[in-house]
Amino acid sequence: MAMVETGAPPASVPVARPAGKSPWERLKPAALALIVPALLLAFWQVATTQRWTRLIPTPYEVGEYMIDFAWGGIYDDAFSGTLVTHLLASMGRVYGGFALAALFALPLGLMIGRIPTARMVLDPFLQVMRPIPVTAWLPLSMILFGLGPRSAFALVCLGAFYPILLNTIFGVRSVDPKLFEAASMLGCQGNAQFYKVVLPAALPSIFTGLRLGLGLAWFVIVVGEMTGVPQGLGAVIMDGRTLSRTELVICGMIIIGIAGYISDRIVVMIGNRLLAWSPTHHG
Amino acid sequence: MAESKTPIIEIRQVSKVFKLQDQTINALHDANITIRKGEFVCLIGASGCGKSTLLRIIAGFEQPTSGEALMWGTPIAGPDPTRGMVFQDYALFPWLSVRDNIGFGPASRGLARSVVKETVDKFVELVGLTKFANAYPHQLSGGMKQRVAIARVLANDAEIVLMDEPFGALDAMTRERLQDELLDIWQRTGLTVVFVTHSIEEAIFLADRVVVMTPGPGRIESDNPLILPRPRDVASPEFNDIRRELGAKLHSHHAKKAA
Repeated sequence: MAMVETGAPPASVPVARPAGKSPWERLKPAALALIVPALLLAFWQVATTQRWTRLIPTPYEVGEYMIDFAWGGIYDDAFSGTLVTHLLASMGRVYGGFALAALFALPLGLMIGRIPTARMVLDPFLQVMRPIPVTAWLPLSMILFGLGPRSAFALVCLGAFYPILLNTIFGVRSVDPKLFEAASMLGCQGNAQFYKVVLPAALPSIFTGLRLGLGLAWFVIVVGEMTGVPQGLGAVIMDGRTLSRTELVICGMIIIGIAGYISDRIVVMIGNRLLAWSPTHHG
Repeated sequence: MAESKTPIIEIRQVSKVFKLQDQTINALHDANITIRKGEFVCLIGASGCGKSTLLRIIAGFEQPTSGEALMWGTPIAGPDPTRGMVFQDYALFPWLSVRDNIGFGPASRGLARSVVKETVDKFVELVGLTKFANAYPHQLSGGMKQRVAIARVLANDAEIVLMDEPFGALDAMTRERLQDELLDIWQRTGLTVVFVTHSIEEAIFLADRVVVMTPGPGRIESDNPLILPRPRDVASPEFNDIRRELGAKLHSHHAKKAA
């Protein structure tokens, strides 16, 4: 006789989401998310048309400029139709710097988390370096890498490094010790435990680190591109400020916001696929 | 059966001392016990009596401070698939499905994929989780998680299953059902089971022998073979006689201290 099924229904069962949802149910999240931006836009419109301030262009002007910035054909100035060039330049530095940061931070984090000697050698040094803000590195980075894109790249890399490192260390160190005992009594011992226990157990934490790191990369890119970089969204914003082109500044800000948001959503989607087993990891 | 005469586990004068900062704790003092193949042995006692320490020494997670722990006459050097452990808090791998948790041991031993699959299918069915084979642990109830934990040591060909208060975190109904199912598996497979509990009733319901342990320092108070026919009736007078007798032994150290 086989063991019988439990009579009591389980806490939750993997069931497919009900297919038939009303159109309102599907639109509700988007509708609710749009309330605050819509209110802000309305306030902006009122504030500029009522002339509460003359320093900021109206939403319409910014929208028009955005179209010119993206495709050209309206003002036809130095910035017309250059959005893609600037966006790609910034994206290259963000993802490049982020990838380089991950390349260093992941192995270092795994080592510091697992090997006590590595922890004793590296951890104090890294902890002292950590409170130095990325902006404080800017002058040194310009001296070392020169004025220009390489300096921006280095800053992005530095900015993304610590969240990835710290979350990797945390993930590796907080593996439930019972899982090591469970693995070893099932015949998985020594180095095999690293791949079969430590890595999967630390994955949610590592993922959080990557997500935070990428967010910080977008954050730092503007600082990195502020001086001596001809192309990039940070450069556009700084140029807009120098030329008193407020609409250009706002366009640059909006594009960074949207680009950063989309890149975060992609990371979250990958995370949800990879970490379907983790009850706390549904972004 | 000649084999049943050979002890599978021998514990000889085993003591275990833990050092915590400048405190020393005598977790286990001069324990002697012999477990034969196919026996169902319960270790019972109040917290601090060393029952979990003894179990962990048999598992190989701890080494005795003095004395010998032997399996088939060979010293136990460390954890090994022949001695499967079932933890109170399950200790399933949360990133693996029910199937992959059960297949973890066979896959770790490098068995062929088809063999692993066959083994997993068999044990998923044995514990009645076919419908939940692809679910993750966080989607299961406590009783189902413990079924997976039992299945994964059975799937790994464990000769002896060590259970550390396995049903302690479950509700009464689920606990009774799992006790029945465990007895059923034990009777059909000829497993050896060492089962730690603090419930006298659970021990008498399950065991061939109940080993009573007392704390301060942890020691074996008595080894009590039970001669009750199975299936056992918790409400019978015989059951209650044994319960009273074991209860007295369990609390004897209090009386000694008071005297």
